[in-house]
Amino acid sequence: MTETQTYSFFLGCVMPNRFPSLEKSIRVVLPKLGIHLEDLEGASCCPAPGVFRSFDENTWLALASRNLALAEATGNNLVTGCNGCYGTFKEALHDVREDPGRLRNVRKILKGIGINYQAKIEAKHVIELLNELGSEGLKPHVSRPLDNIRVGVHYGCHLLKPSKQRPWPKTQKPTFLDELVEATGATSAKYKNKNLCCGAGGGIRGSNVPLADDIAKEKLGNLLAVGVDAIINVCSFCHLQYEQAQIELNKELGEERYNIPVLYYTQLLGLAMGIDPVELGLNMHLVDTSHLLEKVEVQS
Amino acid sequence: MSEPESPELIDSRDIDPEFINQIIEAGADRIRSCIQCGTCTAVCPSGRRTAFRTRQLIRKAILGLKDEVVSNSDLWLCTTCYTCLERCPREIKITDAILTMRNIAVREGYMLPPHKNISKKLIKTGHAVPLDKANQVKRKKLGLEEIPPTVHAHEAALKDVVNIIESTGFRDLIESKGKEG
Ligand code: SF4
Ligand code: SF4
Repeated sequence: MTETQTYSFFLGCVMPNRFPSLEKSIRVVLPKLGIHLEDLEGASCCPAPGVFRSFDENTWLALASRNLALAEATGNNLVTGCNGCYGTFKEALHDVREDPGRLRNVRKILKGIGINYQAKIEAKHVIELLNELGSEGLKPHVSRPLDNIRVGVHYGCHLLKPSKQRPWPKTQKPTFLDELVEATGATSAKYKNKNLCCGAGGGIRGSNVPLADDIAKEKLGNLLAVGVDAIINVCSFCHLQYEQAQIELNKELGEERYNIPVLYYTQLLGLAMGIDPVELGLNMHLVDTSHLLEKVEVQS
Repeated sequence: MSEPESPELIDSRDIDPEFINQIIEAGADRIRSCIQCGTCTAVCPSGRRTAFRTRQLIRKAILGLKDEVVSNSDLWLCTTCYTCLERCPREIKITDAILTMRNIAVREGYMLPPHKNISKKLIKTGHAVPLDKANQVKRKKLGLEEIPPTVHAHEAALKDVVNIIESTGFRDLIESKGKEG
């Protein structure tokens, strides 16, 4: 694909407000691949599906539709880098398209604030756009292959499920993200129970930290068992979870057992494209990334 | 074998047939076809480490044991990972059913205090996780706009969000007293 595609970039909450390094890596990497991002001015929380959809579906749907309508008004499709926001938008579109009564209701609410909404827009995930380019499309951009790096891939639940409302091939064992990771030269390690939930969603991170940490601990332990240089995610909330859980688990243990750098996919790809780690915000992570970066440096 | 947290006998006064109808109407239309196979419990990442039992919750919902379900804070242990929904042999939208039960619990005044707080943040700032000073500094260092181009940078947009929150009754729902359970 040589043509430039333009998308309205939906930020959400966690990415701009807690992990701006992820946002930066998307803003740096995507334009180099011919994907132009336009700021979506005035967007709010998606709103977060695990919490606000749990509390009041109507409010969740109305606020989600407002964000979608803002993008629709620009004539672009929307793109997000968070699985939670992706889930919200996919489900919010599905709900109103399936039920004309719900669409009427949402349109009435939005009309009250002067917004017109057709629900004709599409919501995509950053990784979906990269997957459309595919490994073959990415490889020519790789100037520093990460051949000596071995990572554990974490897809995240809302990227894949409910599978009926997702664009991926129907399988219990997806491979598209592993393939995109391997396009950077890195190896995607096999590990136990790879499709396990990160444990943050559904309001758990906010209301039950011990449970959130215990779920994260299982995957982190499985990754330590096979030995990886980093865990690769495509969701700002999974990212937060794996960063924060490692700090919390170490505190509880009184030792530094969990020290796996957590990288968002465009940070890994950015490294392979030869972009300065500082520009990708890799010096701002909660779990230290310097060991990984040394390995990348040694390589090149 | 009876499960310790359930009474041996169900009193007809505890049954609310409307409960299951609401769950069906909201989307989990096949829930009555549950065969109690327990697949949902077996695949649940939360049930593996807590007392939360998905199969049991579905059974209670079908029986109409509304008060027992909505007053039990176990309802809030689901991570919404959708694994059960993907694996259910009856293709029941289990996760959607749980979301509907949570909505009903909130309307009945059951909400966990941290969830009330996050809702208040949304009402005040338009974000569940608003920007803080430390991340404003990080944004600047990264060469990003210090204030992201969201509702944080647009006062009128925040007003629109609050307007929606009021028109759907969410503000009242959150600011009412409730049982905080
Ligand atoms: S997996 Fe489906 S059919 Fe089996 S117990 Fe759970 S809800 Fe019922
Ligand atoms: S969606 Fe909820 S109930 Fe179902 S498996 Fe996941 S955590 Fe368990």
